[in-house]
Amino acid sequence: MAEIKLIEVKEEILADNIRQAASVRDEYKRKKTMLLNLMSSPGSGKTSLILRTVEALKDSVNIGVIEADIDSTVDAEKVAATGIPAVQLRTGGFCHLDAAMVTQGLDALVGNDLDLIIIENVGNLVCPAEFDTGAHKNVMILSVPEGDDKPLKYPLMFSVSDLLLVNKIDYLALSDFDIGALRKRALTLNPRMAILEISCRSGAGIEEWIKWLRQELEAFRK
Amino acid sequence: MHEMPVTESILNVVLKHAAMNKAEKIISVNLQIGKLSDLQDEWLQRYFDYLSKGTIAEGAKLKIERTPVIMQCDGCSTCYEVEVAQMDNLVCPACGADRATFFSGREYYIKTMEVQ
Repeated sequence: MAEIKLIEVKEEILADNIRQAASVRDEYKRKKTMLLNLMSSPGSGKTSLILRTVEALKDSVNIGVIEADIDSTVDAEKVAATGIPAVQLRTGGFCHLDAAMVTQGLDALVGNDLDLIIIENVGNLVCPAEFDTGAHKNVMILSVPEGDDKPLKYPLMFSVSDLLLVNKIDYLALSDFDIGALRKRALTLNPRMAILEISCRSGAGIEEWIKWLRQELEAFRK
Repeated sequence: MHEMPVTESILNVVLKHAAMNKAEKIISVNLQIGKLSDLQDEWLQRYFDYLSKGTIAEGAKLKIERTPVIMQCDGCSTCYEVEVAQMDNLVCPACGADRATFFSGREYYIKTMEVQ
């Protein structure tokens, strides 16, 4: 019987995805198109936020949207109705987007001369956090009805996001959601994360979100 | 939830290294996965067994080392281990401060493998 030998592998498990994500990030940096990966649970307001954003920015920023959905085109239809280019990726049961899937969506948007592409990830707080999509910025939404304990349950998502949007703050009065506790928990995991409170329904805080996004776009183009 | 694509990546990496080292069979793979990851060890092995059928990795055992979540105290810079569920109640064992910053616990790494 052959001798057993120990080989040093020393490689990241997701090395291929990490490489592809880095190459997407470089390519779109050169094209001056900022890629923004939007992550949250189902129903916390990703599509509503995109509609608000398009409404506020469509005269000054060329926006495209990549929608990921397990098996429907409902979200892409809503976005396309605003007149901006939107691509639907059906992930066919996949619970997250990776750099290869995002590349397919980006290829479908080529020729549109865009400043910003919003990638709406699959509604899920677990898997999207593990896979780098190649985006320049990661934004997550947590909505008030989901509860302030989520950083304890889904720590990875909070640790990879540049911005946390706390949505549905118009429901705060009806709940025991403790926004101070949420901030402390989230900042422990990720002290560099910005946190904004918004309501896509009432429009509260949307101005601050748009301001954050404009600043990021400006910094990105430099 | 996403064990399948992760397992596929592990298999691709180990087959590549096995070929580079002209190995004939992979006996075991030593992984380091941070406790912040939701991956379930049992499912990784099950998917690995399924995906590796017919390759030189068939039958290989995944040995998973779970690396702890380490926080660094904002006050005195001491590093200490915490359980994910207790991240709400941080107390530095050295100075008692309750504010700390995430230090490590997200590893996703293939360390070594045993081959013939």
